[in-house]
Amino acid sequence: MSLLDIQNLSITIAGIPILQHVSLSVAPGEIVAVTGESGSGKSMTALAVMQLLPEVAEASGTISLGGSNLLEQSEAQMCALRGASIGMVFQEPMTALNPVQTIGDQVMETILIHKAMPKPEARQHAIDMLTRVGLPEDRFPLSRFPHELSGGQRQRVVIAMAIALRPKLLIADEPTTALDVTTQAQILTLLKDLVQDYGMGLLMITHDLAVVADLADKIVVMRRGKIIEAAPTQELLSNMQQPYTRMLFAASNHQVTLPPTPTSKPLLQVKDAVRDYALPRSSLFAAPGRYRAVNKVSFTLNQGERLGLVGESGCGKSTLTRAILGLEPLQGGEILLAGQPVTPNQGAELRRKMQVVFQDPFGSFNPRHRVDRLITEPFYLLNDPPTGSARQELIAETLIAVGLSAADGRKYIHQFSGGQRQRIAIARALITRPELILFDEAVSALDVSVRAQILDLLVELCEAYSLTYLFISHDLNVVRTITDKVLVMKGGEIVEQGPTEAVFSDPQHPYTRTLLAAAPKLPDLSRKSVVA
Amino acid sequence: MQGLFSHWRATRTYFCYTIGNRRFFICDLTFLLRSLWTFSRRPSNVPPMIRYSLKRLLSLILSLAVASLVIFFVIEIAPGDPASFMLGINAQPDTVAALRIELGLDQSKFARYADWVGGMVQGDFGTSYTYRTPVAGMISDRLWVSLPLALYALILSTLIAFPAGIYAASRRGKTGDMAVMGATQLGVAVPNFWFAMMLVLIFAINLRWFNAGGFAGWDKGLLAGLHSLTLPAISLALPQAAILARVMRSALLDILGEDFMRTARAKGLSRRQALWRHGLRNAMIPVLTIIGLQFSFLLAGAIIIEQVFYLPGLGRLVFQAISARDLIVVESVVMLLVFAVITVNFLVDLAYAAVDPRLRNRT
Repeated sequence: MSLLDIQNLSITIAGIPILQHVSLSVAPGEIVAVTGESGSGKSMTALAVMQLLPEVAEASGTISLGGSNLLEQSEAQMCALRGASIGMVFQEPMTALNPVQTIGDQVMETILIHKAMPKPEARQHAIDMLTRVGLPEDRFPLSRFPHELSGGQRQRVVIAMAIALRPKLLIADEPTTALDVTTQAQILTLLKDLVQDYGMGLLMITHDLAVVADLADKIVVMRRGKIIEAAPTQELLSNMQQPYTRMLFAASNHQVTLPPTPTSKPLLQVKDAVRDYALPRSSLFAAPGRYRAVNKVSFTLNQGERLGLVGESGCGKSTLTRAILGLEPLQGGEILLAGQPVTPNQGAELRRKMQVVFQDPFGSFNPRHRVDRLITEPFYLLNDPPTGSARQELIAETLIAVGLSAADGRKYIHQFSGGQRQRIAIARALITRPELILFDEAVSALDVSVRAQILDLLVELCEAYSLTYLFISHDLNVVRTITDKVLVMKGGEIVEQGPTEAVFSDPQHPYTRTLLAAAPKLPDLSRKSVVA
Repeated sequence: MQGLFSHWRATRTYFCYTIGNRRFFICDLTFLLRSLWTFSRRPSNVPPMIRYSLKRLLSLILSLAVASLVIFFVIEIAPGDPASFMLGINAQPDTVAALRIELGLDQSKFARYADWVGGMVQGDFGTSYTYRTPVAGMISDRLWVSLPLALYALILSTLIAFPAGIYAASRRGKTGDMAVMGATQLGVAVPNFWFAMMLVLIFAINLRWFNAGGFAGWDKGLLAGLHSLTLPAISLALPQAAILARVMRSALLDILGEDFMRTARAKGLSRRQALWRHGLRNAMIPVLTIIGLQFSFLLAGAIIIEQVFYLPGLGRLVFQAISARDLIVVESVVMLLVFAVITVNFLVDLAYAAVDPRLRNRT
């Protein structure tokens, strides 16, 4: 007897089909993973179960939870079910909690709104729940506010809220996408334990096959609003029926071969770089305290070399990046680019040698400019920027180099998909032929198949223009394939550096080992198929 | 805190000295500022809310000090002699000289500034040249009209704007929303003196529920006083309510799109419960900002309404004082208004922190 049974669920919004004949079921104590790329309808499926779809959406089919069809329940009946019988955990822990309420109040609210127990008992229950998810009261009192917790801790609070009334079904929508690898591993373990302890059914939505490969009992693959393949995990992984599933699997473990590095002339030299942030004074005449975000970091990046920088959030990656770009001053040491010191007041001469590609492909463009204007912005750094037909030719050449067409130059940024936007960002970085490009989490927000394409593009560009880049990412699989050398950063210091393959296959520092162990891995298919 | 006060009392007796004819406690000010500063920066065992309040209090005192300096020296560096300006171009030289002595213009600038500030701290604003009465008394008479009027109007405007804004936000894009938004559009566009005249026509002349103007005075009882302030308060409140309702609506709509509102719904809260429990408090920051601005405006900006209803308020006092070139009154009222604005901002800052815990740790 399954707990959740979705039959023939179809959803349309303004006549456009969002979901088509989706059928899946979750049994008590079972973990079912729904995976697919953005726009595949996986989140819509979750929201349909919660009946929290946009008001204009029209649903047909049946969603039965413990025998009753959720699509036929009134709003008041759904309010009684949500939180009590179905709990939900969301993707973005930083914004999923009310910033002006204490965590205790928010966990207690789930209990009180369903009138499950009187207030003093609810309080005790909230303490128990927070302790269960790893936030014991002595270290995390109920009076804490969300902004006083880290992302992983906030996600634990969200989970405590969702499981406070021991719902029969827990829905987790990309619960670990916004978290570091080590935190991700902890949250996944917690979810798995909760399912075992409470016998809940878990419907887990994720775009990352590796996350669910050793967690889920069953995997459902969705594409464009339809389920294209569904089977128990081992069966699905060892015997994929659909080409799309195989493509997804291959893309999330995409490997590229970088061309050999041409020279060994140093381009970027970072020597004992120190970056301090001032803390508030403790008294009127006391010197302000300092927080050292980057502590005596040294490394050299040679011309034509591809360097990776990995570490968890708060390790100083972004601070170091800003210092290398010359956006912030150093408090010690120096950064040399082609032998000249990089400082916040460097001239255009030095600035044009560097470009950067950011994570958010949409947020880093002005939506009111056309693409040709967007990608030619670095021309401001040039003494005699190309004009007229030379400018048009350069725009066309660069757009074609990143896999777009010359005609795309007249379009606006909202007319492109996420992957295309990131191509445009790369075009902007490339157009002045800088000596160094910084990729700051440049592929983290992309779907696996798009990410694979962008990685291929980078290799092509390396062959064509012999790029030198610094690739900052928390995704170890990507760094492993797209870089020659790697730096591992922790607490503002570089704890390990060396050739990428050597560091990954034989990590020396315990922290590197922890990172590698926590990273989700896809099972090795070649070996499995032999066994099967 | 106990220790702080006893230390303060012990020190102040030693360091007071005399400037002009007033005893001036330099040490009071510096000691107070220093204690507030160190206390507000002490990291441990002081709750963030108290530390934040002390910091804001420090900035309130500093703002007042700077404001008083600016007002004093702007009037000081203005070309011409204040005494001859006040007396007009046909004044006799000996009258001007007498006024100069009366105003204390023969003393040094520092002494006069200390005298002015020291006097204000003790409630002595000087004597009005035109009316020959203490300015403090004149101002306090007018404040008893203007302050209740401003508060009354502010309460009315909040009472109208909150339900209207919440209603419009919860019915976004529907008929109710459009009706409220249309009404507020009208409220913003129509000047308040027109409302005032319409209210007088309807409620005073036709229905005879209220008097067309004048102020009954508080000595006839609270209700009589409020009764004569009702029409002015409504005409002041309507445009403010229209603005506030629009701010309330857009702030709420922003919040309704937040992730935590979806989390609240996933917990089992109904749409309405989520709005009241999680939406409203988060929407308060922009609303509080506008309320603070409106109070300052209502206190000093009611000149036209005071004229329409013939109310003896601050606005009319300033107007008369400027026409009569009574610099002492103008200077004092301006300082008082600056004091009011800074104090209101201080209260708004405290309200911010009460609403949003994230602000308590900031300066």
